[in-house]
Amino acid sequence: MANIQEKISALCPEATFEEGETLLVTVPDAKWHALAKAMKEDADLSFDYLVGITGVDWKESMGCIYYFTSTKYGTHVSVKVSTTDREKPMLHSVSDLWKVALIHEREVYDFYGIIFINHPDLRRYFLRNDWKGFPLRKDYDASDKANPIRLEAEKNEDDTVSYIEDAEGKIQKKRKLVFKPEEYVINIGPQHPSTHGVMRMRTALEGETITHIDMVTGYIHRGIEKLCEGLGYPQSLLFTDRMDYMSAHQNRHCLCLCIEKALGLEVPKRAQVIRVMMDELMRLSSHLLSYGCLTMDLGATTAFFYGFREREIILNIFEKTCGARMSLNYDTIGGVMADIDVDFANDVKALCKLMPERLKEYHKLFTGNVIANNRLRGVGVLSREDAINLSVTGPSGRGSGWACDVRKTAPYSIYNEIDFDEITETEGDSFARYMVRMREMEQCVKILEQLADNIPEGDYCAKVPKIIKLPVGHWFQQVEASRGAFGVYIESTGEKTPYRMHFNSPCLNLLGAVDPCTRGEKIADLIAINASLDYVVPDVDR
Amino acid sequence: MGVKIKSMKQEDFKDNEYIESLIKKLKENGTNAVVGMFDDLINWGRSNSLWPFTFGTSCCAIEFMSLGAARYDMARFGFEVARNSPRQADFIMLQGTIVHRMASPMRRLYEQLAEPKYVIAVGGCAISGGPFRNSYCVVKGVDQILPVDVYIPGCPPRPEAMFYGMMQLQRKIKVERFFGGVNRKERIRDFLAQHPEEEFEKR
Repeated sequence: MANIQEKISALCPEATFEEGETLLVTVPDAKWHALAKAMKEDADLSFDYLVGITGVDWKESMGCIYYFTSTKYGTHVSVKVSTTDREKPMLHSVSDLWKVALIHEREVYDFYGIIFINHPDLRRYFLRNDWKGFPLRKDYDASDKANPIRLEAEKNEDDTVSYIEDAEGKIQKKRKLVFKPEEYVINIGPQHPSTHGVMRMRTALEGETITHIDMVTGYIHRGIEKLCEGLGYPQSLLFTDRMDYMSAHQNRHCLCLCIEKALGLEVPKRAQVIRVMMDELMRLSSHLLSYGCLTMDLGATTAFFYGFREREIILNIFEKTCGARMSLNYDTIGGVMADIDVDFANDVKALCKLMPERLKEYHKLFTGNVIANNRLRGVGVLSREDAINLSVTGPSGRGSGWACDVRKTAPYSIYNEIDFDEITETEGDSFARYMVRMREMEQCVKILEQLADNIPEGDYCAKVPKIIKLPVGHWFQQVEASRGAFGVYIESTGEKTPYRMHFNSPCLNLLGAVDPCTRGEKIADLIAINASLDYVVPDVDR
Repeated sequence: MGVKIKSMKQEDFKDNEYIESLIKKLKENGTNAVVGMFDDLINWGRSNSLWPFTFGTSCCAIEFMSLGAARYDMARFGFEVARNSPRQADFIMLQGTIVHRMASPMRRLYEQLAEPKYVIAVGGCAISGGPFRNSYCVVKGVDQILPVDVYIPGCPPRPEAMFYGMMQLQRKIKVERFFGGVNRKERIRDFLAQHPEEEFEKR
């Protein structure tokens, strides 16, 4: 860590450092872009993976915290950039270096009104474009008066704004068209069976070929992050289940881990094993659903029923222990809510015995099919460099050959004691992404087999104080959710409620990959590419 | 008296008084023998072939997918296929949170549904905003925007609960007057008149 500190202070003498869970570098905005470029390109640092950008309103100033990871060295660093101007806050954009920042900066702009200089497309992302105010600012007026329910149709935005800095340092507002006048634009969504949720793709076409897609999201933006600021830590847990409902356990696990890390709480071994087993069951059910949806999107309705058949078995296991089929609310701070059902281990073992032959059946049904192969192979290629640049993690990132499994790169809970393989494919096309999921299911079964017989005796939950107050500070935790690296950022001022809670969802990054993946592909393949990326829109919008 | 539906016994429904009162109201002024018979026949047909229009925004939509899959299989009860176009559907199945950005597309899709049309609100979010009620951009219950016929509580409701709610809609349809009966249309017209688009602007 000292090495990184020395290196950065040599590159930027104005930077100040704060030791913590990860090294926090505070940089003045004027030097930020130059430092970012150096951090990415310097051979000794090579922070090529931008994990996430968290906007924070510190009242006297506003700014962003950037989390970086080096895929080469596995080192982490966080950078804080802030501005004291509240009227027209401006920071420099890093979207030319990390393409994933294109979305994350738009999100920060939407929530805090921070203008990113040189960002090519600064529009609202989640809220209606006629929305008044910036909701995550601490002085935001949340009453219905400012923003009533509007039933008239929202106007399409045909042009976008960007703030360009010229050579003399003057900032000019420039407008530019989203689509060229000669482009033919077709609208898909927001209510469309194959967008996997509610969002809109404004697709520009040249004949049958896609030239550019403008994503319009926010049709299910519920303002979870703002809601969390008003709720205590145990209360805020329920939202994680409703973001990516197909990785409810993992998301909740992540938030619990983050809070436990802040509290310095030791989780009993039994609870850890149960949590990991639940995570893997959830991953299995999620991949089964994604198999079902992908096949259905390609017209193979039969395979959908097969995927759902096994998913119901897993839901039965969940129901016996958690009491619900979805929105399970099982993990809690210090362990799990209730002990496992008496049949749990036996049910899991029966499932493990069943799955290998069922997986063979899936392959027989779909994988070898000529139509499926023609529609998936070589379509929607995402190279390894692009995947890192766009922070596309999870099965989609591993399909491009990027070993980004958080369970391996930064093991949490008991994952370093378990024997399993990280699945990667090299092609980066839709078929590779599909195959990663299929092969990952085998690994899920492998993990479950190891743990089913070895659930240790003991408490299922640690002793936790009735009122949970986190010490002053900030924490960041990542876990491997079904769709990629899910991160939680908590900033605490020592109160019962978090000062800022940010969920860094994998699906938001996946959405950013749709446009680069589909350029130059046929419109008919758009649905297949989307299905193979497998995003969940409520996780995008939060 | 009572409404018979094949899939479930009368006594298994919990709010039979409500349906009875509907029937009573309907037959208050007597029923025309011929038209009444046609009403029964047509309602029998309508109630057993209800096609849902899926309007799933979040978790409840996945439970609705389970409803379509083999274990629950809603086709058994006449909800043959879920349609994704409002033109081909009989009722709108609202699953999930409705936020401010979605309000206007939702209203438009509702208006595109062909008459006679019905609305089922599924899950806590659609009914009242659910856990997100205090949020700055969540609609606190779809009944602010659409006239809702059946509410199915739950987060998300179990598939069985969804069946129960959908069957309640079947029963409601069975006691409706199809010929000469303008009561339903009037109700919708009144609702829409009370909730005009401009009024939301002013609020």
